[in-house]
Formats: sequence, C-alpha cells, structure tokens
Amino acid sequence: MKTVTIDPITRLEGHGKITIFLDKDGNVDNAYLQIPELRGFERFSQGRRAEDMPQITSRICGVCPVAHHFASTKALDEAFHVKPPAAASKLRELMYCGYFIYDHILHFYFLGGPDFVVGPDAPASQRNILGVIQKAGVDVGKEVIKHRAYGQKITAILGGKATHPVCGLPGGVSKGLDKEEVQEIKEMVKSCVDFSKFSLKLFDDVVLKNKDYVDMIKSDPYNLETYNMGLVDARNKVNFYDGMIRVTDQNAEEFLKFSGEDYTKHVSEHVEPWSYMKFPYLKKIGWHGLKDGKTSGVYRVGPLGRLNAADGMATPLADTEYKRFYETLGGKPVNSTLAYHWARLIELLYATERATELINDSDITSKHIRNPVGEPSEGVGVVEAARGTLIHHYNLDKNGLIEKANLIVATTNNAGAITMSIRDAAKGMIKKGEINNGILNKIEMAFRAYDPCFACATHSLPGGMPMEINIYDKNKKLYKTIKNF
Amino acid sequence: MSKEHKKEKDTPDKKLKIAFYWAASCGGCEIAVLDINEKILDVVAAADILFWPVAIDTKYKDVEAMDDKNIDVCFFNGAIRTSENEHIAKLLRKKSKILISFGACAVHGGIPGLANLANREEVFKTAYLDNPSTENHDKTLPKTSVKVKEGELTLPEFYDTVKSLDQVVDVDYFLPGCPPPTKLIIDALDAIVKNKLPEKGSVLAPLKSVCDECRFEKSEKSIKDIKRVYEVDKIEEKCLLEQGIICLGPCTRGGCDARCLDANMPCTGCGGPTPNSLDQGAKMISALASILGLEAEEKMSDEEVDKLIEQVRDIVGTFYKYTLPVSLINRRVMK
Repeated sequence: MKTVTIDPITRLEGHGKITIFLDKDGNVDNAYLQIPELRGFERFSQGRRAEDMPQITSRICGVCPVAHHFASTKALDEAFHVKPPAAASKLRELMYCGYFIYDHILHFYFLGGPDFVVGPDAPASQRNILGVIQKAGVDVGKEVIKHRAYGQKITAILGGKATHPVCGLPGGVSKGLDKEEVQEIKEMVKSCVDFSKFSLKLFDDVVLKNKDYVDMIKSDPYNLETYNMGLVDARNKVNFYDGMIRVTDQNAEEFLKFSGEDYTKHVSEHVEPWSYMKFPYLKKIGWHGLKDGKTSGVYRVGPLGRLNAADGMATPLADTEYKRFYETLGGKPVNSTLAYHWARLIELLYATERATELINDSDITSKHIRNPVGEPSEGVGVVEAARGTLIHHYNLDKNGLIEKANLIVATTNNAGAITMSIRDAAKGMIKKGEINNGILNKIEMAFRAYDPCFACATHSLPGGMPMEINIYDKNKKLYKTIKNF
Repeated sequence: MSKEHKKEKDTPDKKLKIAFYWAASCGGCEIAVLDINEKILDVVAAADILFWPVAIDTKYKDVEAMDDKNIDVCFFNGAIRTSENEHIAKLLRKKSKILISFGACAVHGGIPGLANLANREEVFKTAYLDNPSTENHDKTLPKTSVKVKEGELTLPEFYDTVKSLDQVVDVDYFLPGCPPPTKLIIDALDAIVKNKLPEKGSVLAPLKSVCDECRFEKSEKSIKDIKRVYEVDKIEEKCLLEQGIICLGPCTRGGCDARCLDANMPCTGCGGPTPNSLDQGAKMISALASILGLEAEEKMSDEEVDKLIEQVRDIVGTFYKYTLPVSLINRRVMK
C-alpha cells in the first residue's frame, strides 16, 4: 500500500495536512484531512473578564477577527440581558459589511481566483495574485489592492483597528461615526459596489464563458450532497450579522430553523483521534462517518451553504445574481464545491449594497450607541463568518468572569465536507498511482473553494498552496516526492 | 550587523530574499503585511518575497536542502505551541541570516500564551470531553500516532507550555504588536532594503509608551474605584485611568498611535513592555497601586486594602494578556 502525504504548511488554528492512501493498483483507497494544531482558547478563556472576550477570541483568526469579535459581543449582549440601541446594531452590521468586503476580495483575487484566471494547470509560481495582475492587467491589480484596503479602512474607522478591532461592548459599541467619517465611508462603499459588479463580470467572462471550467464545476469529483446551513432574516434571506439558523436538505427544503441559543439541541461535534479539529453534525441525523446524502448529519456552511440555506438575497442586485446562479447551475440546491467562488462574489455584491443602505441610514450618526447592562449570566452569539456559521457560547459568574466558553468556528462546521471533497477529488483525479502537479492542484481546488481557514497561508501576495506529496511503497520506503515549491 | 550581511549589499544585482512564516498564530500578522497596500509593489521590486519560505518561490526546491543562511531576512510570527512549530523555528534559524520575531505571539507569547494557565491535559479536557456540544462517549482524544485501517496517521505533539520564539532559538530583532502597526512594518522593510537595521537584539519600535501617543488629556491621577469598561455609561474626553478604567498605556510600548484609545477603549498591552522594563504586568500593577493610593497602605485598614485589590478582576488576563510566557512568573504551577 502506498501513502501519499500532502503536507501544506498552512493553517486553521495552525496548519493542515492531507494523507492519501493508495491501494495496490495505485487508486485512492481513502484520504484524511488532519489539522495538526490547537491553541486551546476554550480553556484559557476560563477566568477572563467577560468584556475581554471580543478581543481575546478575535485572535482565533486574524483573517476574520470581526466575525469572532461580534459573535463574542452578541454572546455578551445575551449574557448581560441587554439589547443594543438600533444605531449600535447598525454600526456593527456596517463594520461587518466592511469585513466581508475585504475578506471576500482577498479570497477571490488572492486565493481562489488564480486557479481560474491564470488556470488550474498553470505553474504554481504564476497561480497567485501577481499572475492575476499579469493576466488581467496592472490596473485591475491596483483596483484589487484599493478595494481590499477600503474594506479594511471601513472596518478600522468603526472598530479602532481592522485586524483585532476593539469597539464591541455588551450593549453596544464604544465609538460612533461623525459626519466626515460618514462621507468617507460613503465614497468607499460606492466604489466597492462598482468593483463587485466588475468582479462578477470578470467571473462571467473568465469562468462561465469557458466550457471547460463550467464542465469542471459540474463534474462529479467536485460534487457533494450535504445539508446546508446559514443565518437568515425574517424573510429567509441571507444575513451575515443576525437572524435564525436555517438548515435545508438535499431537495432545498427547510429541515431545521432555530435560534442560536438552541444550538446544542441541533448540532453536535464528533472527535477523531487523528485530528485536533472536531467534526460537527446535525444531531437529528447523527454522525455516520464521512459520507454525504440525507442519512448523514454532515452539513456545509460558507457562501454556498448560505445561499442554499436561504430563499434569496435581501438587496436587489445581489438577488438578481442569486437567481441567475441557480438558473445557470441547474436549480437548487447547487452541490458543486467550486460554485463557492461564484457564491462568494454574489455575497460581495450584497455586502456592498447592504453597506450602502446602512451608511445612508439616518440612525448611523446617532450618539446613542450603548445601553446599560444587566446581571451577568449565560449567552450564545451567532454570526456568519465569511467562511460560515460561527457560534460563541459563554457562562459568566456573578463577577462577570468567564466560567465556561464553547466555540464552534466556521471552518470546523465544514470539517466533514472538506475532508470528503478532498477524498472525492483525489479519487477522481489519481488513477494508477499517477500524480503530477496539475492533479495536485485540482485536489487543492476542492478544498480551496471553501476558503478554509487552514489555507489562510495562501492569503498572501505570492499565493500558491505549499504541498508535498510523499509516496511510500509497500515497505514504507520513500519512493517518490512531488512538491510544488 | 554581520559582515556577511554587508557583503550582500555590495552586490546590488542580487535581490534580497525575504521569508515569512507563521507558527501558533492567527494570521493577523500576514494581513498586517498586506495592509502596507500598494507599497507591497515596491517591496516586490526590491526583494523576492517568500511568504512562507518552504512554500512559494520555485527556485527553492527544498528548504531543508538549502544552504545555511540562504534567506536574508525571515519574519517569523506565532508562538511555539507544538513540536512542529519548534522544528520549523530551528530550521528557519539555520537557513536565515537575520531572524525577526514578528508580532506579539512570537515576541511575547501573545494571547495563545494565556494557555500557560493550564496544560495539555486541561486544554484537551475542555476541548474534547467537558464541552456542551461534543458527543464523545468513548472519550477519544487526538494522539500523535493513530493506526487507521489503511495505515498510520501522525500529529505533532501539543506541548504543555507555550513559548516565545526567542525561548527556542536565537532572534536578531523584535517587532511587537498584535498585529504590528503598518507604519512599523514599512519602517522595518525600509531599513532592511537600505541596510540600515540597528544593532542586533533591537526592538523595531519607538521607545515611547502608548500613553505618550494617546489623545486623551492627562492630569494627576488619583482614583478611588476601578470600573469595568461596560460599567461606564459614557467615556469622557480624559485619561481612561482617571475615569477608573484599567488602561495599560503607561506600561506598553507605543508605535501604534494609540489606535484603541481613538475608539474609546483602553490599551490592553499588545505592544509589550516599555523599554528597560522587565515585566509589563508588574510595572502596571505598581502604577495602578500608586494611582489607587495604595502607597498610603499603612494608613489603611486591611479591609480597605482588600476592598481595593478585590476590584481588580483576573490579574493575569488583565496585566499579562500578551506576555505571560515571557513574564517573571510565566506559567501556573501544575500539581
């Protein structure tokens, strides 16, 4: 038996590692995604001051600190029995849109996009943002840098800092907006709407008009029929900041709808000895191993999960794109993993449209941005991180210190699905022990689509997922090594 | 500055080779590098960037096979949490002429360093066993080596104690902050490109404190009560300490322009201790004691002293949020 280890020096709370076992014919027997790192936030949160949690937990992820910051702040609202003033909720949501703008741009142009724009078989040294700039032009490159920076800037104006913001407090936010700041944000947001439209058009031209790519999107190795999860508003439209958790089934019908505080009734996590990451599943169905379909409790979150779990987008342009998405890809639900990229761009457009609504809201300059808190108790906060549903759950003691914290982070929700996508892509691509860099990249694409946090390492200028495949013969002797670095 | 590095400068046709790597960290340090925005294009012109040296540039076939000191400057962020982190730290030290400890986690242990209040057993127990959403009747815990039906799977060892980078390898420079402020990153890159780095062991940040950069007006500080930040109805335009809110500004190295204070929130100390201060938390505790009038302790009853001290909740998390692994008392003693 041969063992293929793909050891990306990357990260979810650290780094990721894929081990693929080949059978005697050189075909894939099984594949494992291992997360070899843990930092222990749930443990060392114990004893901390409750108000420190939005800043402590943002350090779980420096790519999506705003998601942790507000999941935490919302858990504190609940725990202190306080409802923030309307203006504070709007300021938080506006900042949240800023975060989606920079994060989704980052993923599409720096990480996922290069596979399509430059091409899946292009040399690794070109499959990066510099390759995108080369192909699409320097002007596009500058626009990408500019608009990612706008997203960061909006977040920084509202949060103090973009990476590891500080504004979240139980009952509101610490900082409001003045008229100059409003004007500055208005201009940036306007430009971001146009840039989102441009990005969707780029996707249209480069991907959807290329039959090979569309075939690839629809092909079997990239398909997974799981349940889908995401937050929805009162009309079942996608919402990032607030709402009910909705789960839809393989026929796109509502399977569950619950509020955050009931998450333990509906979601459980399974532990495997070979990974530090847990595997969440729907309690009602149960854990039946790494398989898809109705009888498996595995679900997907993130852009595709959210679109599938909702009935549409709450803003007009994004909603039109939403309809086109399903018409083009053959109806609901869309099960193609590679469709995550398109879904992400539709969400980018929604984030910019929603930001436009919020920055033009008359409440947005209100000085009433905090309400007094009540007695500390227990609270659950749920938001949609860029990568999916994020749950924070705290128990506070009478002095407002953390007794217990439980966190289910976005990428963890996708743990089962990502592992299966890698396995299926490997099974579909590796035949008779034949492995080359193109095949390797197509396996990477299966999990890069999720924008998994352990792939954050590739959120970098040069891009490219560092991977190493070690092939061992039956006697466990190294037979061949393939690297893309 | 080593002779070797000067020699490098004498051959200007040869581009600088820069590397970035992360260990136990969140990725915020990488985002901070991206936040230099369009300046990144200047850096690309002056240097070959290898964010993650084992990764990107196709000229590097194998970091382990590289000649020693092949990388000119390596920015290393993240704390040392697992055997894998330590292995890569040692490897990169060997392959780099200059190693820069980048960001709060590498420099001081950072927030993940708070895990030194526990050990592996307790971290595992909380994550995998004693957890409201985890179903684990068999009490399965991750193991460094597991036999599955197809073969063997391995994981790096999770250590009991978090360490800063310079606790496992020799470090040339330190760039603190969580994440390091954009301006300090640009200054550091500029110094590297122009070969103007200061003497080995320097902290690449200003000597002043966050207090020196803060917009709030300060007067003689004397307070009777400590308040939690959510207990204050409205932040007034004056020093937060004077309003009773614990702010680590006086004991924290600046360079950040006191951004958190601009958002009306206290400094929590991510820049680490001010120059010539051994222990950030100890310095702040002593500063706070004087503000609270504890110097006049002999005139107070024990009850009064206790009452004052009791107002400070979570001493470790408040005063050592980013620096526990490098502080004088750097972990909880486990029985």
